[in-house]
Amino acid sequence: MLNSLEILETVKMIAEEHLDIRTVTMGISLLSCAGEDAQQVSDKVYDKIIRQAEKLVKTAEDIEAEYGIPIINKRISVTPVSMLLGGVPSPADYVCVAKALDKAAKVTGVNFIGGYSALVHKGMTSGDRALIASIPEALASTELVCSSVNVGTTRAGINMDAVAQMGHIIKETAEKTKERDGFGCAKLVVFCNAVEDNPFMAGAFCGVGEPEAVINVGVSGPGVVKCALEQVKGADFGVVAETIKKTAFKITRMGQLVAQEASRRLQVPFGIVDLSLAPTPAVGDSVAYILEEMGLERCGTHGTTAALALLNDAVKKGGVMASSYVGGLSGAFIPVSEDAGMIEAAQVGALSLDKLEAMTCVCSVGLDMICVPGDTNAQTIAAIIADEAAIGMVNNKTTAVRIIPAPEKKVGDMVEFGGLLGTGPVMAVNTWSSDAFIARGGRIPAPIHSLRN
Amino acid sequence: MRAVITVVGQDKIGIIAEVSRVLADNKINILDISQTIMQDMFTMIMLVNVDKSVVSFKEISETLHQLGESLHLSIRIQHEDLFHSMHRI
Repeated sequence: MLNSLEILETVKMIAEEHLDIRTVTMGISLLSCAGEDAQQVSDKVYDKIIRQAEKLVKTAEDIEAEYGIPIINKRISVTPVSMLLGGVPSPADYVCVAKALDKAAKVTGVNFIGGYSALVHKGMTSGDRALIASIPEALASTELVCSSVNVGTTRAGINMDAVAQMGHIIKETAEKTKERDGFGCAKLVVFCNAVEDNPFMAGAFCGVGEPEAVINVGVSGPGVVKCALEQVKGADFGVVAETIKKTAFKITRMGQLVAQEASRRLQVPFGIVDLSLAPTPAVGDSVAYILEEMGLERCGTHGTTAALALLNDAVKKGGVMASSYVGGLSGAFIPVSEDAGMIEAAQVGALSLDKLEAMTCVCSVGLDMICVPGDTNAQTIAAIIADEAAIGMVNNKTTAVRIIPAPEKKVGDMVEFGGLLGTGPVMAVNTWSSDAFIARGGRIPAPIHSLRN
Repeated sequence: MRAVITVVGQDKIGIIAEVSRVLADNKINILDISQTIMQDMFTMIMLVNVDKSVVSFKEISETLHQLGESLHLSIRIQHEDLFHSMHRI
């Protein structure tokens, strides 16, 4: 029999500490829709998504009501779209598919659809080339479509031609959505070591190793971890790590329950639970506040990287026992505009881009939702991507860049995205040139430790 | 299916009576009740069986929520498995 304290603890986590399931994401393979005619492919894509995901939102809402646990987002991830068009497709052909994805997302009622993606870590096919060229137009002319490009892996090295191009694509995307301060860039991620089963946006896609359809669940709960740490003020790091582990275990158990239930009701196989601490702009739902609770005056000061390393590791250790399959990105996210504590830290000058880069060595992903001045050039953005990809490649981890060169904005200005994407302070970049470095092109070879066979 | 009802808030006369009346009206059977005053707050936990309920789970959840609002209390009903999965291996 359950005891009262346990029941009340769970209720308090949900009611007061922002515990929620961040996303139930259905991965859908679109390989069966591939073809040469863009319109035909788009029609097939639309039909397949509607068929597979028809009941996704309703089922998630039913689970939400029965268990009394909020499920914030329902999402769809699909096969990287660059693989769907054969022959010699044009960027306009891909935009046609993007519009079909957007329409399918709206009809099924999901919050986002991811997978407008290309994996080009070693080179580009004609499809990859056309898809990447189409990204600015696709993101400007759709609302719910999210795009990602993988430019490097530990096994293949970094495709610096793709890195250079993504600098331009990000600038162009910002320009095309300038009436919304470059909002299109908030739906675009550049990855190194992208994972195939990530349920989180904007980087979710359904990898080629995945089944026809799959349910992946992303948990959340920075607020719960922060509240748990408030109970152990001044205790040593062993106690801090144990407290985080126990909390992560409980959070993940709930994710596992929701994932299994969604999988059973939709008759779609359960993929993974992503054990991530994903912040929201709501006060009390911040990863930065957890780091500050550990004893830092502000997130971003000296000691922040160590605090984040402990947090990231303890979340995984606690969560891994709680779920039968753990995957995705699993760790602590540090998206600046989506985290009240990060926003404050950046505003008061405690958190810089350089410190964030160091933090990405030990967090679950990378530079996320960073606003930079609108006059930052494409080469500098490419160089930021290259640095981040290098960290991922060498450390055998996923890293990513989601950066918004907000048109006409300057350091210190604020960029309003709304909803889960929050409000981003424009941060300073290093203004010394990286142009000649980016102009070299070619590939950075894989590191020696990639040769593991 | 069994569910857990939690009622938390300022103590007053008739809380258990009101909640029980809503449950009885909807043919929901109470299996266990525990009630205490915790840090000056009235705290009640009920284990119920909703198999014979005459309304859907969503509706009973909404009715209890509204009752809670009228009594200035927080009332929730949640599937029992949520608590088992979080606290039992």
